[in-house]
Amino acid sequence: MLELLRQPWPWYVAGALIGLTVPVLLLLGNKPFGLSSNLRHICAACVPANVEFFNYDWREQAWNLWFAGGIVVGGAIGSHFLTDSAALVLAPDTMADLRALGLRDFTSGLVPADLFSVQALGTARGLFFTVVGGFLVGFGTRYANGCTSGHAIMGLSNLQWPSLVATVCFMGSGVLMTHYGLPLVFSMFQ
Amino acid sequence: MNPTSAQTPPVAPRKAAPAGNWRYALVGVFFGITFVKAEIISWFRIQEMFRFDAFHMYGVIGTAVAVGLISVQLIKRLGLKSVEGQPIRIAPKPFTTGTIVGSVLFGMGWAITGACPGPLFAHVGAGYWAMAVTLLSALAGTWVYGWLRPRLPH
Repeated sequence: MLELLRQPWPWYVAGALIGLTVPVLLLLGNKPFGLSSNLRHICAACVPANVEFFNYDWREQAWNLWFAGGIVVGGAIGSHFLTDSAALVLAPDTMADLRALGLRDFTSGLVPADLFSVQALGTARGLFFTVVGGFLVGFGTRYANGCTSGHAIMGLSNLQWPSLVATVCFMGSGVLMTHYGLPLVFSMFQ
Repeated sequence: MNPTSAQTPPVAPRKAAPAGNWRYALVGVFFGITFVKAEIISWFRIQEMFRFDAFHMYGVIGTAVAVGLISVQLIKRLGLKSVEGQPIRIAPKPFTTGTIVGSVLFGMGWAITGACPGPLFAHVGAGYWAMAVTLLSALAGTWVYGWLRPRLPH
């Protein structure tokens, strides 16, 4: 059993478990699945600074912060106690494309150390990927009022057409960024 | 003693008791394990997805939407209530300029970091410390949005 848990889980198992989070949160306490809201709650709790958008009782949404806290713990359990020694099997085309861009690390973990490691934080390229990338995620999800969980999964499950628009926009933008933006970024920060 | 209280059902509390929040943490733990074990927090898997080189992430998101959709429709049709006895209500998602502009910006960030907000929490737990900087920067992005909000088109 533990051996089975250690192996990478197939998409249909992961997809079903993530999909089930929607009814579980609704039935447990009428809570909508959506993780980017937590970024707002943390801002409201830590640095409200008289900004009207952060001037609300974040404690009423504390359940979602507990949910996020659980994800941190789950991330630790999954990576420390259920690790698989085999390296991630990557599609050959993606690997070739990334190698051509100048990426070297494909084996150290779930993120490439040449972009996301404490050492990489000392490079312009590493700072771009962590700081600029993270800023766009935080700014964009709040402006869009949702992310992959709130729009693509929760919103589409509830047949919300704005969520379909959002999903098409962030998927399309991600595809364009990957094919046209990343080569530029890699050539700027060699 | 109110003699009618025996016949009328107890009034559901307006707010969930804060003490009950541990159950959401428990759901989060399973969720976080799934993120790691299905390699959803892998920057490489997100690259595969945006390059259309693998089915994995499309399978994950597609199955999640299908299961979520069937569940929500069942909850609505059967009129199910939460364990606290509240009727299930889901707020609609309004359409604004931000739905498009914000999503485009988020998509760029997703392609760069390989992470949406959920996985960012799992990354930190999994010990990818550089991703803590990404999470802090995402918080900064959300804060700047809140600050600029009155001046942005909605």
